[in-house]
Amino acid sequence: MVSFITRIGANSIRFVRQTGEIFIMLGKTARYAGQIWRTRKLIVEQLMEIGVKSIPLVIFVGLFAGAVASVQTAYQLKGFVSYNYLGAATSVAIFIELGPVLTALVAAGRIGASIAAELGTMRVTEQIDALEALAIDPIRYLALPRILSGFIMIPLLTVIADFVGIMGAYGVAYLNLDLPSEIFFGSVKDFFTIMNVMSGIIKAFVFGGVTAIVGCYVGFSTEGGAEGVGQATIRAFVLSAALILLNDYILSVILF
Amino acid sequence: MIEINDLHKSFGSKVVLRGVNLNIENGERLVIIGRSGCGKSVLLKHIINLLQPDKGYILVDEIAIRKVGQKDLFFLRKQFGFLFQGAALFDSMTVAENISLPLVEHTNLSQGEMDRKVAEKLDLVGLPGIEKLKPSELSGGMKKRVGLARAIILDPKYILYDEPTTGLDPIMAANIDKLIVRLSEQLKVTSIVVTHDMQSVEKVADRVVMLHNGIIIYSGTVSDLKTTNNEVVHQFVNAEAEGPIQPKPHKY
Ligand SMILES: Nc1ncnc2c1ncn2[C@@H]1O[C@H](COP(=O)(O)OP(=O)(O)O)[C@@H](O)[C@H]1O
Ligand SMILES: [Mg+2]
Repeated sequence: MVSFITRIGANSIRFVRQTGEIFIMLGKTARYAGQIWRTRKLIVEQLMEIGVKSIPLVIFVGLFAGAVASVQTAYQLKGFVSYNYLGAATSVAIFIELGPVLTALVAAGRIGASIAAELGTMRVTEQIDALEALAIDPIRYLALPRILSGFIMIPLLTVIADFVGIMGAYGVAYLNLDLPSEIFFGSVKDFFTIMNVMSGIIKAFVFGGVTAIVGCYVGFSTEGGAEGVGQATIRAFVLSAALILLNDYILSVILF
Repeated sequence: MIEINDLHKSFGSKVVLRGVNLNIENGERLVIIGRSGCGKSVLLKHIINLLQPDKGYILVDEIAIRKVGQKDLFFLRKQFGFLFQGAALFDSMTVAENISLPLVEHTNLSQGEMDRKVAEKLDLVGLPGIEKLKPSELSGGMKKRVGLARAIILDPKYILYDEPTTGLDPIMAANIDKLIVRLSEQLKVTSIVVTHDMQSVEKVADRVVMLHNGIIIYSGTVSDLKTTNNEVVHQFVNAEAEGPIQPKPHKY
């Protein structure tokens, strides 16, 4: 029992310490904001890698998340509220919660883990030491492009997920409930506020940064060969997923 | 000039260096010998501050490399070429991109000038025309030599070689030894070579030091090395199984 409590304590301390180190990393990266132009080639590479290549996955997840949201909402409305409000209810859920959170969680799996694996491999094969030895700061050369791309691309991916999510929701409404498109999209429009979309995008911005920073942080601190790289991949996913959900809660409290 | 003073380094409970003292004069070719795992690579990494000592310090041209800020540290590092034991090539880049990276980052040379320099260094290490290959397409010995080409691309003042001839055939090894001597004689480079290739030691060294149990136990010329009555050095140099150094049985 005591050892159990000690373990919780130790893990909490580690979590707090890692969170602190992640902020330090963000600070160090921000110092290179003036060198974005000089690093543009690497940044474009990462925008492609992190953003463009995630589009198929995000479309897939968005479509099905929207469809499921629609089915669930229809079930809850049944007998109480007219299906005419289905579009509104589903789209609000997609904009403020499902779009950003699911996109970020999927990104944490795909992007966070791949950043950690790539940088972790570079760490254990001394490629990061080699950069240092050549008087090139790995923070600028490796972390800046990835973190910047995370901040930029996750919000964009979220917009895509929002869009296909609503399409998925409408697909269900049409196929299962025979809801005409004017009624579905009419109610989406009536309840549409820019604030809802913006709050989702602000969340996505934070989540995107968190995912990329965690990936870089975990990658840089990898130790111990191929096994260590495997561990790092898992750790990056777990840590960023936890931080995404924590931030989701904090941001929801702040924004609403 | 590099001055290493009372350097201590442990990893967890594992003590690797326990008081290394060593001065390297400008223009000198110093060879460091010692058994695998005795801390030779760790010692080299301290010189350019890739690792930080637990105790002791290192002066490079009278500057304490541990104490300087990032800008000065990078300025100092540009004067070093570092050949990693495992070459440490960037595997996302071609050979040419690997070698020219320091030029791209630290100079304003045109693409044509960079290509010319890359070709020149590849020639020097005996690998002309392999610019477009990826590290994954190279043998271990080729990687080593590409790593060397990258290390010398900025024409450094100091070159640190971590086992430059390990994994090379004897002829290529002899060529690299010749290159080490040539760089030091023509460009007045200061060289620190870590090796356990005794042939290489004879060809390269002005002075040999031996690292053993975390300290420098021997320092002398190559000819002294053969006549020494230090039993540890004698056993190592003559590759004898009998002697004071015995493989430690593993503790489980
Ligand atoms: N980053 C590190 N973390 C933990 N132990 C290390 C690290 N680097 C080196 N060591 C240990 O230090 C010792 C010396 O290593 P090294 O300098 O690579 O030996 P060598 O003389 O063969 O180059 C080894 O036992 C190695 O396991
Ligand atoms: Mg070594």
